[in-house]
Amino acid sequence: MSFSPIILWTDALIYLFVAIVFSVVWYVRRHEHLLAQWKRVGHSASGMSSLTVLIFFLTVGLLDTVHFRPALDHKNNQGETIYSVEVLSLLDVLVAPLRTQVEKTYSAPLAAHLYAKETIELDGKQVRTFARLQFGGAHLQDPDKEHTADITQLALKGLACGLLIWSVLSVGLIARLSQRSRQNFALYLMAIWRRNTEIPWRAILITLLILLLIIGCITALAGHYHVLGTDKVGQDILYQSLKSIRVALVIGTLTTLIMLPFALLLGIMAGYFRGWVDDVIQYIYTTLNSIPSVLLIAAAVLMMQVYIETHPELFDTIASRADLRLLFLCMILGITSWTGLCRLLRGETLKLRELEYIQAAHAFGVSHWRVISRHILPNVMHIVLIATVMDFSGLVLAEAVLSYVGVGVDPSMISFGTMINAARLEMAREPMVWWALLAAFSFMFTLVLSANLFADAVQNALDPRIRTLRQRTVLPRFGKKDKHVKDNAPEATAAAKSSPHP
Amino acid sequence: MNTLLEIENLETVLHTGDAPVRAVDGLTLTISPGETFALLGESGCGKSMTALSIMRLLPDVGEIVGGKISIGGTDLLQLPETGMRKIRGKRISMIFQEPMLSLNPVLTIAEQIEEVLQQHLNLSHEAMQARIRELLEQVGIPDAARRMHEYPFQFSGGMKQRVMIAMALAGEPELLIADEPTTALDVTIQAQVLDLMRRIQQQKGMAILLITHDLGVVAEMAQRVAVMYAGEIVELATRHDFFHHPRHPYSQQLFAALPGKQKRNQALTVIQGNVPSLAQQFSGCRFVDRCNQALAQCRDTVPQWHTISGQHQVRCHLYGNNAVQAAASATPAVQEAVHVTPSTPLATDDVLLQVTDLKVHFPIRKGLFKRVVGHVKAVDGVSLKIAAGKTLALVGESGCGKTTIGKSILQLIQPTAGNVRFKEQELNGLRRSQLRPVRSQLQIIFQDPYASLNPRMRIIEILQEGINALKAYQTGYSGNDTAASAQSPENEIDALLQRVGLPAEVKWRFPHEFSGGQRQRIAIARALAVNPKLLICDEPTSALDVSVQAQILNLLKSLQNNLGLAFLFITHNIAVVEYLADEVAVMYLGRIVEHGRIDEVMSNPRHPYTQALLSSVPHIEADPVRHIIPLTGDLPSPAAPPTGCHFNPRCAHAMPVCRTAYPPVSSFSATHSAHCYLYSQEHRTTDYEH
Repeated sequence: MSFSPIILWTDALIYLFVAIVFSVVWYVRRHEHLLAQWKRVGHSASGMSSLTVLIFFLTVGLLDTVHFRPALDHKNNQGETIYSVEVLSLLDVLVAPLRTQVEKTYSAPLAAHLYAKETIELDGKQVRTFARLQFGGAHLQDPDKEHTADITQLALKGLACGLLIWSVLSVGLIARLSQRSRQNFALYLMAIWRRNTEIPWRAILITLLILLLIIGCITALAGHYHVLGTDKVGQDILYQSLKSIRVALVIGTLTTLIMLPFALLLGIMAGYFRGWVDDVIQYIYTTLNSIPSVLLIAAAVLMMQVYIETHPELFDTIASRADLRLLFLCMILGITSWTGLCRLLRGETLKLRELEYIQAAHAFGVSHWRVISRHILPNVMHIVLIATVMDFSGLVLAEAVLSYVGVGVDPSMISFGTMINAARLEMAREPMVWWALLAAFSFMFTLVLSANLFADAVQNALDPRIRTLRQRTVLPRFGKKDKHVKDNAPEATAAAKSSPHP
Repeated sequence: MNTLLEIENLETVLHTGDAPVRAVDGLTLTISPGETFALLGESGCGKSMTALSIMRLLPDVGEIVGGKISIGGTDLLQLPETGMRKIRGKRISMIFQEPMLSLNPVLTIAEQIEEVLQQHLNLSHEAMQARIRELLEQVGIPDAARRMHEYPFQFSGGMKQRVMIAMALAGEPELLIADEPTTALDVTIQAQVLDLMRRIQQQKGMAILLITHDLGVVAEMAQRVAVMYAGEIVELATRHDFFHHPRHPYSQQLFAALPGKQKRNQALTVIQGNVPSLAQQFSGCRFVDRCNQALAQCRDTVPQWHTISGQHQVRCHLYGNNAVQAAASATPAVQEAVHVTPSTPLATDDVLLQVTDLKVHFPIRKGLFKRVVGHVKAVDGVSLKIAAGKTLALVGESGCGKTTIGKSILQLIQPTAGNVRFKEQELNGLRRSQLRPVRSQLQIIFQDPYASLNPRMRIIEILQEGINALKAYQTGYSGNDTAASAQSPENEIDALLQRVGLPAEVKWRFPHEFSGGQRQRIAIARALAVNPKLLICDEPTSALDVSVQAQILNLLKSLQNNLGLAFLFITHNIAVVEYLADEVAVMYLGRIVEHGRIDEVMSNPRHPYTQALLSSVPHIEADPVRHIIPLTGDLPSPAAPPTGCHFNPRCAHAMPVCRTAYPPVSSFSATHSAHCYLYSQEHRTTDYEH
């Protein structure tokens, strides 16, 4: 099948972002002390587990970023291939059944029938009943009897599959690791099991196992059922959730990237130079803050919308239009949301600039730019990291709120915001449709939680004062009476760090 | 002898990090009613943990795992928490080190004392108010009836500590635990507070457990002394025995490490290394690694108590029966100190730095348009000069503008007026880029070694920063070892670290891995990296323990001898001044009130403030003729200094003329001068002090 690749604006920015990440990794790997610092991230069990989950999300997001237009079967008059106006991504191709198997309307997770009664013609009679789904459970003869057994069977098959893949992966991994450390395979396995390895492989492998079991189970079921049900127009919720991941990641990262330079530069400048610079910057962000951000965003997005509608020739597909709107939304969100972080950084810089090591740098005549970049910036990075990760969830929510008002992402674009917005009506329905909201909630929850935990691990690793590696020793139990236990306590468990004094 | 407080084999453990830290390990002591018992030791020895264990106010990670604490027969460790509340404040009270942090800023003084009274005494409202006033009057708060309704921010540091004492006395305790009660205060205020504590003790007959690291305070206050080291008591003696015949090598070395006038031309005896980590199990004497008289058995046998005489006990193998011989021969070795070659002064009389009429005024802004409504005159017309290779000490209480002078000489703070001339070059008014060539000649060392190194930079980066920033301006390497000039930057840093006594491989580490003394060495190495001619030392030892202070002072002295550095030494520690300085300038409220050579000022102080300041310093040698000149009140605000002589409201000799105009200079010799009307202004020889 031929296709024509498409690079949308956000795609380009994501590729750029990935390139930057890779070059940073390359740079860090070449510098011994930086590498040593980043290796400390690997010491945190929670950090590495959440990284495993994050990698799954990032993979889905990146797969969804590779866009193209498939060729249509017929050719035009000149004999050239015509490409579909529909822009697909790699993810769309991978989960094609989810995308194409559209039901009529709502159906509950794993159901074989629609969620609402409707009048259908059955053997020439009109019957009012729950109609069979077109795709979900279509292979069943008698859903009432076979349904549970079939699901159990499929789920077990999926679990087994997941377990198998996990075993292969982990055996391969351990074999490689033991080879690299020149150790016996069994010994290394024991070391992992006893959590004696520097990188918490046990936690990683357990997370991976859970992840693969869930993926295996869902994949096995998704072939025959709508695992998370369908929405009002019969679209698969699982598909929507997967598609939303990219939008959430784009809004989370691009907005942060747009906001960071403002917040960092202005915040540090205000705190460092004080005087009129401080006044000007404070007035700017106070003014910006005093305008309700929803109003500002609504105004900007509406302007954008008008521009898009009056220039239809600029966009050859719906996707590129929706994408530009997403990019614009990120920019607007970025421009309005830097004030909080800016204020935090100003305060911290005000404190730091009076510290003696900054004074000492001044005494050496170090230039302002170097003081900012070498002394102040590294010492406010922990605030930046915490604030941006906290903002990440806030931004995804902001997108939901804006979609609710109608100024969020393009209606044709699937995002957590549009899902939550749709769920608003569904929750009020009788009987209630709960699965769309639950799906959006659990995906967002996992994404934001793992991002938070990972950021925590990074922050700990980059602070040289925090020890990331706990020495595993049996702590002597102190009791009021049992003196003998104390006497047998292992000696000198803490490594004495102080260097020999002259 | 009946006992009030009895602690037997107390063991307190902190569950932090990987291994439990035995902060207090088998501590036994008794305190009789009405006596003052001093617990002396370096930081990290478990002194404060002992106090908190007695009060049962340990942090969450702390746990008392063994022993017995009883007060007047009541076993505190068996009491339930509600029972303990009846003890705290009623039978045992505590005052803390930081008066600024021990009072709640949003409650008035009366409300805070009332809390204690409500808990322990059943009084009516009127009786309570009367009692509060009585308490505040007792601790010497003037105008107590009015001031009791004021908030803590309206009180000065010394006054706050008095309020803390009043609060501690509210329940009329039998035992007062004072945890470094005067460490955060200036010497003149310290003298007031110590005097107050002594007086109240005599009136009330209560016992005081005084926790301190300051030998001088112990000498003034204590009747019995216990020296604590690494979680246990190593020596127990009466004050007289302790100060005349210290027995434990640790006590002896502590005395030897004290700076002073007599030791001017020799290096101070240093106690090597640091207090060992308390997370380990000790198999022998805890002090063995730092002891200069260690025997073979010290390493493998835990020393037992040996009674020297009466109440004098020591935990050391030197005084065991089989080691008496060794002890006799070892004792004289204590004073053996590495003598520095009597300072070969590279110093000439060339004036390196001359400051004339320096003024630093900070505007006070108020209102919407930030109108200037006044000035804080932090430095108000100071003149001084420093010759190459000499040390000028700047002495004064906190808030008198010492640090501001140091920073404004370096142009870290823009002076308002006056001249700073460094080697014929005027520094005032120079732009940042114009100043850069001078920067390599003038460097500064800060007080707090924890705040003066960037925690996220490795030592090599910290040291290289200055070198890189000033590389272009360094005109050749003029240090003693010319070999270093040809070396690579990395070798240069190794040489620097060696010069301050650190091994070269530490350059790959981060600052948090070092102790306070080591950090201060790194800070000194950073300043030395650019070959300065003048070092401004802003209280470089005040955050350090005595033994570490000795190391740093030795280092500074040897640097001066070897490199011919000049120092502007800013400090409030008179003993350090006597040890190190050639000249001394005494500051009061932004102005220098007395200036002279060290021997002139120390032995014959002229200005009443200098006299009061010197008399307030606690001495370890009992001096029968010593008479503390009491200074009433606190340092006035530099925003509104008193008219006339700044010192007149606190001066015992104030005359009417003192209130009208600031006194001109009176010279006593070519080098010694003061600003005071007590002395005639006729024979003015130089116009040195404007």
